[in-house]
Amino acid sequence: MASVPEAPAAVSTVAIRSENLCRHYRMGENVIRAVDGVSLEVLSGEFLALLGSSGSGKSSILNLIAGLDRPTSGSVFVHGRDLARLSREELAKYRLHVVGMVFQSFNLIPSMTVTENVELPLRFAEVDRGRRQTLAREALERVGLSARIHHRPSELSGGEQQRAALARALINRPQLLLADEPTGNLDSRTGVEIMDMVRELNRELGMTIVMVTHERALAERYARRMVFLADGKLIDDHLSYPAQSVGRAT
Amino acid sequence: MKIPDLTELALRNLRESLLRNSLTTVGISVGVASLVAMLSLGIGLQQMASRRLVKSGLFDTIIVSSRREMRGMDRQEERSGPIFGESRILDEAARQEIERLANVTEAYPDIRFATELRFEDKPHLTMVSALPSSARGNDAFEGMQGSFFSSDSAPEVLLQKSFAEELLGKTPPLGAPEPDVAELAKPLLGKELVMRFAQRAPAASTAGEGPDNADVAGASYSVVSREQKLKIVGVSDLDPESMRGPTRAKVFLPLGLAEKLHVMLPTDLREISHPADQPVYSSISVRVKNPAKIQAAEDAIKKMGFTTFSIADASRGLRQFFGVLYAFLGIFGSLALIVASIGIVNTLVMAILERRREIGIMKAIGASDGDVRSLFFAEAGAMGVLGGILGVVLGWAIGQAINFGTNVYLRRQSLPPENFWAVPWWLVAFAIGFALAVSLVSGLYPAGRAAKLDPVQALRYE
Repeated sequence: MASVPEAPAAVSTVAIRSENLCRHYRMGENVIRAVDGVSLEVLSGEFLALLGSSGSGKSSILNLIAGLDRPTSGSVFVHGRDLARLSREELAKYRLHVVGMVFQSFNLIPSMTVTENVELPLRFAEVDRGRRQTLAREALERVGLSARIHHRPSELSGGEQQRAALARALINRPQLLLADEPTGNLDSRTGVEIMDMVRELNRELGMTIVMVTHERALAERYARRMVFLADGKLIDDHLSYPAQSVGRAT
Repeated sequence: MKIPDLTELALRNLRESLLRNSLTTVGISVGVASLVAMLSLGIGLQQMASRRLVKSGLFDTIIVSSRREMRGMDRQEERSGPIFGESRILDEAARQEIERLANVTEAYPDIRFATELRFEDKPHLTMVSALPSSARGNDAFEGMQGSFFSSDSAPEVLLQKSFAEELLGKTPPLGAPEPDVAELAKPLLGKELVMRFAQRAPAASTAGEGPDNADVAGASYSVVSREQKLKIVGVSDLDPESMRGPTRAKVFLPLGLAEKLHVMLPTDLREISHPADQPVYSSISVRVKNPAKIQAAEDAIKKMGFTTFSIADASRGLRQFFGVLYAFLGIFGSLALIVASIGIVNTLVMAILERRREIGIMKAIGASDGDVRSLFFAEAGAMGVLGGILGVVLGWAIGQAINFGTNVYLRRQSLPPENFWAVPWWLVAFAIGFALAVSLVSGLYPAGRAAKLDPVQALRYE
């Protein structure tokens, strides 16, 4: 197990803990070890970046933490619950209430307006229409999107779409925000805007954030801790000091 | 997810691929239309048949006779069948009692006697029978020339076609084409017949009136020979008494008139001690509200101590026939709906392929397998209900069109129009419900497939 850095005094509980986590895929004759024995502990309120080249397994780990996928062996605990032991129904509830997800390609539903996209998780949570609209408006205000909220995603810029996706991820007040290359489809200025917002969520609401990226500079600037992966294995894990070291190479 | 949300999302998704989903819905509606068309044709035909049967007066009539009357005729069912109660005299009191039974609309005496009728001074011997005014609706009089009796006691008479032929001396040889009723009626309508008959008169008033008086020893009445002038008002093509067999009459009087005349009937000799103003009937015709009630009425009358006869068994066979007809029409009608249900499966499987990513997104943000399954079910169900409603309207329209077309044809053949098309409310409910059920069954496979979709796989597709 890689060295676990000292946690800040304010946050002490473990949010995510994986033990010898493996996810293998069978591709014909070959077995692809996308995640291969990763043990990791993420504390509550941490901002962690998963770094690595493509195919290093960082997205696979994110999917396992998100409860979208199940490990081949090993286990992931989120707030003490072993995701591998949850039923499909319980995993859906977990994704609905505990996790918020943001993707590189925004993943908004094209046939729905921005507001409808944002309030969609509340429909699955069976929240009343009136309450849904209030919560959606609040979430959209938080991400600074109050214009064009009745437009379809295709009529919005990339930055606006990602704000909408962020609002959707926040609507159920999750404890965990998982971001998969959130700035990958954005220009650098818009990317910074989004990342500032994510950092704000981390600092103000104490949300635990796990972000997958291959941009080391971005990780150093925003994340407090960086975990490096290669071939499904954890190869490095250390703190960065974004407050003091903006733009400085580690 | 809640039902309103499901419905809203389902309808939204259906609108997204409007053309494809509309075509599928039209497919269902064609299936439902064919089912509705087939079944309403069956129902309509049955209603038409039972209307006809009720009108024919055969299926809602029971003939009641005194048990004594039947004695010696050695009828099979009389010997083997159960004997209810005591045998009774079929008099006015019994008639009123029968008329009061549940489901009985009327009970009238059969007044039927053989007598001599003079037409243009030539005597003709024939069977005469009395008809109640309710016989007006009997379809034996549908093609009748002239008119029905103007009142229940009018001195008027209706002729059966064969008697009209006899009067005119035009009886066709066997095998020759029958002459037209209209032709036969023309020279007869409005003409006069003189009926000679034997009248029962109370003994006191008829004593010593003339040579015609025939005093019967010990009888409470005497028999007087009378004549009655009758006007011919109608000639009927059909035989309203086909059930009577050899005793069927060819000349008909209004019942009220026949009762007033106190004609001496064959049975009067047997009940000779009966007062003249309280006649004893040889038989009574009982009309029942509808053919289905005939068995109950028959049993009740048998219990009173009379013998009954009806053709109820034949109508039972008819119901069986319509049961089989329904099944066949239903099967053919639902074939199109089955084809349409394959269309639903196809549309939804296509939708899954197209909306793979959308399903992945919904699962990633917290939709359960059940949510996704319900959504696809709701889409299938919505297409089913919409197709069902559209199909009922379409089926109804097709029915109206065929009905109209057929009636145009019937009118050209100078036949009366018929309504052989019926869409009862339960058929509408059944058709829409059936469309919904079929579409939900069609949705089973696609919904299951969508629910089991792996979100990681689904989101990987760009």
